[in-house]
Amino acid sequence: MLQALCFYLFAIVTVGSAFMVIAARNPVHSVLFLILAFFSSAGLFVLIGAEFIAMILVIVYVGAVAVLFLFVVMMLDINFVQLRQGFLQYAPIGAIVGIILLVELLMIGASWISEPTFAGSLGAPTPDASLTTNTDALGQLFYTTYVYLFQGAGMILLVAMIGAIVLTHRTRAGVRKQKIADQVHRDRRESIEIRSVEPGQGI
Amino acid sequence: MEIGLGHYLTLAAILFTLGVLGIFLNRKNVIIILMSIELMLLAVNINLVAFSVFLNDLVGQVFAMFVLTVAAGEAAIGLAILVVYFRSRGSIAVEDINLMKG
Repeated sequence: MLQALCFYLFAIVTVGSAFMVIAARNPVHSVLFLILAFFSSAGLFVLIGAEFIAMILVIVYVGAVAVLFLFVVMMLDINFVQLRQGFLQYAPIGAIVGIILLVELLMIGASWISEPTFAGSLGAPTPDASLTTNTDALGQLFYTTYVYLFQGAGMILLVAMIGAIVLTHRTRAGVRKQKIADQVHRDRRESIEIRSVEPGQGI
Repeated sequence: MEIGLGHYLTLAAILFTLGVLGIFLNRKNVIIILMSIELMLLAVNINLVAFSVFLNDLVGQVFAMFVLTVAAGEAAIGLAILVVYFRSRGSIAVEDINLMKG
């Protein structure tokens, strides 16, 4: 009973905030509603027993991705009112496509039945919850069976990081920076010049 | 009443549809479109985790984490492209992005 109550609470908050993400006038509000949607779906994951994914969702999505969105929305000086024009112009076709998609998905969900013999074809059966935790079991999988894919995921993140830096980095003209190598490689010939000055005259 | 797989699949279907609807409604604002893509990826993750838990197979959660990784990379690269584009053009309206005549 309590589980059903929590599920409906989190589900309603998730759907409501997801709707506000696409309907809010101010993009900053959109980002904040996105954070709320991520939080409540993390609650759903905890409810279902997938704690590791729930915590990763909070850390990665809320802590990194949503904050990145927030930074970009606040840094760009954009006239958002102008961008919102035509919102209702696309509403009919959007609603038609959305309704068709939702009906299709629900029809698949309604007509779907699981294969009775699936239990023999599990990739990695979940260990008993009284023996180990969700995080422990996932770690056993990540670092044994899926270790190459795990490293590949790390490479994807590295490439994304380098790509983002390369894309946004720019060298501006007129900025005076310290060049330590140049300073270290100065020698006496280019730093001191000896001139013989005649008495009573300048250089 | 018992919360089963169908409840989670319905929730994920609604979330995915909201993501698609967001792309249609905010045709001009790239930032909202990127956020809609994040919503759709979240719906996919809910599906994966729900199947994983109700079928007692951990691989679904492993795959959900890889989806999360790709989503984080995609958001970083997309926003970087957005910042660069805004710096050079002074606008992020989708209709103005026609330099490649696509």
